Amino acid sequence: MNYKVDKDGFYGEYGGAYIPELLHPNVEELKNKYLDLIEEPSFQKEFKSLIKDYVGRPSPLYFSERLSEKYGFKVYLKREDLNHTGAHKINNTLGQILLAEKLGKKRIIAETGAGQHGVATATVCALKGLECIVYMGAKDIKRQKPNVERMKMLGAKVIPVHSGSKTLKDATNEAIRDWINHPEETHYIIGSVVGPHPYPDMVAIFQSVISEEINNQMEGNPDYIIACVGGGSNAMGAYYHFLDNKDVKLIGVEAAGEGVNTNKTAATIALGKPGVLHASYSYLIQDEDGQIVEPHSISAGLDYPGIGPAHSFYNDVKRVKYVSITDKEAIEAGLELSKLEGIIPALESAHALAYLKYLKAKSSDRIIINLSGRGDKDLQTYIEYLNK
Amino acid sequence: MKNNLKQLFEAKKENLLSIYFSSGFPNLEDTTTIIETLSDTGVDFIEVGIPFSDPLADGPTIQKSSMIALENGMNLKLLFEQLFSISDSNKTPLIMMGYWNSMLQYGVENFLKSCVKANISGAILPDLPLEIYQSKYKVLFEKYQIPMVFLITPQTSEERIREIDKLSNAFIYAVSSSSTTGNKTGIESAESYLIRIRSYQLNNSIITGFNIRNRTDYQFACQFTNGVVIGSAFINAIQKNGSLRENIVDFISEFGLKPRNL
Repeated sequence: MNYKVDKDGFYGEYGGAYIPELLHPNVEELKNKYLDLIEEPSFQKEFKSLIKDYVGRPSPLYFSERLSEKYGFKVYLKREDLNHTGAHKINNTLGQILLAEKLGKKRIIAETGAGQHGVATATVCALKGLECIVYMGAKDIKRQKPNVERMKMLGAKVIPVHSGSKTLKDATNEAIRDWINHPEETHYIIGSVVGPHPYPDMVAIFQSVISEEINNQMEGNPDYIIACVGGGSNAMGAYYHFLDNKDVKLIGVEAAGEGVNTNKTAATIALGKPGVLHASYSYLIQDEDGQIVEPHSISAGLDYPGIGPAHSFYNDVKRVKYVSITDKEAIEAGLELSKLEGIIPALESAHALAYLKYLKAKSSDRIIINLSGRGDKDLQTYIEYLNK
Repeated sequence: MKNNLKQLFEAKKENLLSIYFSSGFPNLEDTTTIIETLSDTGVDFIEVGIPFSDPLADGPTIQKSSMIALENGMNLKLLFEQLFSISDSNKTPLIMMGYWNSMLQYGVENFLKSCVKANISGAILPDLPLEIYQSKYKVLFEKYQIPMVFLITPQTSEERIREIDKLSNAFIYAVSSSSTTGNKTGIESAESYLIRIRSYQLNNSIITGFNIRNRTDYQFACQFTNGVVIGSAFINAIQKNGSLRENIVDFISEFGLKPRNL
């Protein structure tokens, strides 16, 4: 089976580029050029050099003795939290900024929810001296003040989005509208494996450094790889080199919010049905008329009503098992890792950790948790929970 | 039955005026009043907007009217019921305009059947691109004889415009500038683009849309293309104090059209 994108931009029936004609030239240019540009020796040389010396890769694959002892199988943490800016997001923004340079674009736009992708974008724009505009829902700006200040410090302009529900989905709409209004000089750095083809594939390629390193760092195959899934970029990166290797079981953990049977959830695969949002056909949380329903998760990074089209495909063909974890379970898993290993994880990554208690694995099995980000940004939420 | 939009384009080649409105706005039950009043004023054809929660290609005016329409409870099923109720009396060609997810959830074939029943003359589906239409849906649209209307922009290549011309059998919608709807860009900046399209001598009529606000814009665009469509400016106009019908008549009268039945 082919798990990669096909020539028309689809994973099975999912994906594609459901774009208005206004975006056709931008998306077509990217589609025609991205693979060749990424393969150019000069691109590879600069990407590899920056990913090592600027981002600090390879990120360690850390054997967690105490988690292993507790759960009765071998648990390894892929430490994306140790990257510059504190999450896996920078793997993608670094790749895309080099691509934007090759395309001769002078103006960079991005959307952000929690602000992690916004910060990672502002960071690489500062590095390259390019103009940076970040769209962020007005509601998220209030919730994520420190990241807003970080972006401004890095020289980015943060534009509050007041349309729709004033969160990530609307910030994405507004970034796409900006791109429609500035088709020639602008590159749009999407933060996850979502959006029109070629974005899901391009972002997956830049994030695939995660699984490439795992492959080098571990002798033989891991038995399980577990990653949290909002849009699904850290999961795509962690799965990428193992997609064709059926000995490796892949698990994606969605945010159940207050529970998949409540209306406060972000578990897209569990609840959604296929439809088109942000120019891609994939599972979506929507009502019967196809209006998008605002999701809920305690983790702003998983608070998205859609999911990358590749994940929809992997779900249908059963290559990846998608499960969900509630807000409370995630927080408790985050607190557990803090106490057992001295690592405070991002609430997103805590969802992956929380699945360990449900995993039925043998004592000899090797389980990799993709620890996609660190928890500094979530301290307030952790503290509020502890003080309850 | 012959498509009344095709008849219109065969009979009338210049100064066509069409209006886009968001169904369910300002009030849920205004759809039929808006269509009947626009018909009375002599508007050539009407685009019926299907509200969507995430209208990518639209500026603030249509975003807002769509949101209010959804809050009012508008949906595609209800809209078709409203359109069925006037399908015998209404003589002005109607075109459905909306985002693809609405049709997907309603069911594409179901949508086309309802279009036939409501005597709809065409569809503008901005986020269903040419390539996907051709490979997946063209056969179905042709089966129900609902013509697709495609958008072209100042960035669209001549080759692509000619391909779109071949696939079209109603008209081509020329977006006046690279922007979302209701942008502030002046229509004058589109002059060289509109002249270029005219020089291609396409088989289909060309209707200019996006950023047409008033009679001056209308006359300007009609020098180069067969007519215009007005959306955001109309939606702003019908929000004024006073009756919906009067606001519509006032707005349209600016274009030199007079109500037939008043």
